[in-house]
Amino acid sequence: MYRAARYFVFLIILAGAVFWWITAPKRVSETDIAGLTGDAVRGETVFWAGGCAACHSAPGAEGDARLVLSGGRGFASDFGTFHAPNISPDPTHGIGGWQAVDLVNAMRHGTAPDGSHYYPAFPYTSYARADLQDMVDLWAFLQTLPASDLPDTAHEVGFPFSIRRLLGGWKFLFSGPDQVVTADLPPEAARGRALVEGLGHCGECHSPRNALGGIDYARWLGGAPNPAGRGTIPNITPGKLTWSEPDLVEYFTSGFTPDYDSAGGEMAEVVQNLAKLPVEDRRAIAAYLKAVPAVE
Amino acid sequence: MKAITKFTLALTLAAGVGSAAYANEAAIKARQGQMELYAHYLGLLGGMAKGAVPYDADKAGAAAASLASLTKLDSSRLWPEGSDDMSAEGTRALPAIWDNPDDVMKKAMALGEAAAGMEMAAGQSLESLQGAMGPLGGACGACHKAYRAPDS
Repeated sequence: MYRAARYFVFLIILAGAVFWWITAPKRVSETDIAGLTGDAVRGETVFWAGGCAACHSAPGAEGDARLVLSGGRGFASDFGTFHAPNISPDPTHGIGGWQAVDLVNAMRHGTAPDGSHYYPAFPYTSYARADLQDMVDLWAFLQTLPASDLPDTAHEVGFPFSIRRLLGGWKFLFSGPDQVVTADLPPEAARGRALVEGLGHCGECHSPRNALGGIDYARWLGGAPNPAGRGTIPNITPGKLTWSEPDLVEYFTSGFTPDYDSAGGEMAEVVQNLAKLPVEDRRAIAAYLKAVPAVE
Repeated sequence: MKAITKFTLALTLAAGVGSAAYANEAAIKARQGQMELYAHYLGLLGGMAKGAVPYDADKAGAAAASLASLTKLDSSRLWPEGSDDMSAEGTRALPAIWDNPDDVMKKAMALGEAAAGMEMAAGQSLESLQGAMGPLGGACGACHKAYRAPDS
């Protein structure tokens, strides 16, 4: 009896240790990025490819106001409403006190400077696939943007999702592969893969998710319900997407659909970002979308 | 006597409401027709921009001129009060249009400028036509993003 109890206690401690180990925040070290120098000009392209302004600018911001990353937009989901934080260079309310390594940790591991886990509403599941050089360049660009002293709004997330440590388990289960489409692709489509699966984070909205919010990689880009409620987000695999590559490039450039309606909803915001990329990148995204496995 | 007055009044009011609704329905149809016309001329310009249709300076210039004229229609006839998606059927126009006349006017002016830019560009060269598509799409999208209800 005594032995059994001791064994039981041992098992609990072991389970606790495994939990603690699995849910521990991951980080890169200073030495991992020691050789990298950020280039703010390249960083601007990373910024538009990553669509940072779409979530982190003020609600309704247009034109140059989209470069003020004061945060404040709300994002409804099955788990609660998340509010984009201030990531402008303000030292108190923004990320002015950060170092490059802090941004790298946020994007690659979803880990905050204090070691807590970010919610995956911040699409680090995708951003993790970007190059360290891209992140360091982005850091250089972010520092050139105007500061805002708008305080952050707390997320409205219920128990048990409010326990941030559990997000370590979420990351363990749902981080996803380094590459979603593993086939050999021609150079243009391969560049598109890096953009779509990484910085562009297209799969975050265009792929269905399981009950715990993990992306269903078997139905990658196969469409999903709109987490904000109304309508659905379309399947953009060859199973449903009938637009030609030039149609797609035009859509990413001007927002015009093949029947000359204009992009709506969140996608209008995405087009504003894509339009700022070199046309070669927009062509690359179109080429990749034609190469992904069809989801019916 | 009193009953007759009441009845007449009710009839007049109903006819008034009815005719306003009829006028709004006509305006909704008319402005959707305007949008169709935009799409029709854009179809040629966009087809050339994408390389689906061979570039022809004269045809491009004519399409762009038609497009620019469409931005000059008197919009007060097309957007009467009460023709928003909360008050009328068959439209995705949000009531916010009538709450923000200054912003709507600013966006309409921006569309006029973008269409004028296309009118200048379309007949010059394929490259200049392609360059004018982005601002035009941006101007269309800016209004749709702010003032049009999502599809379905």
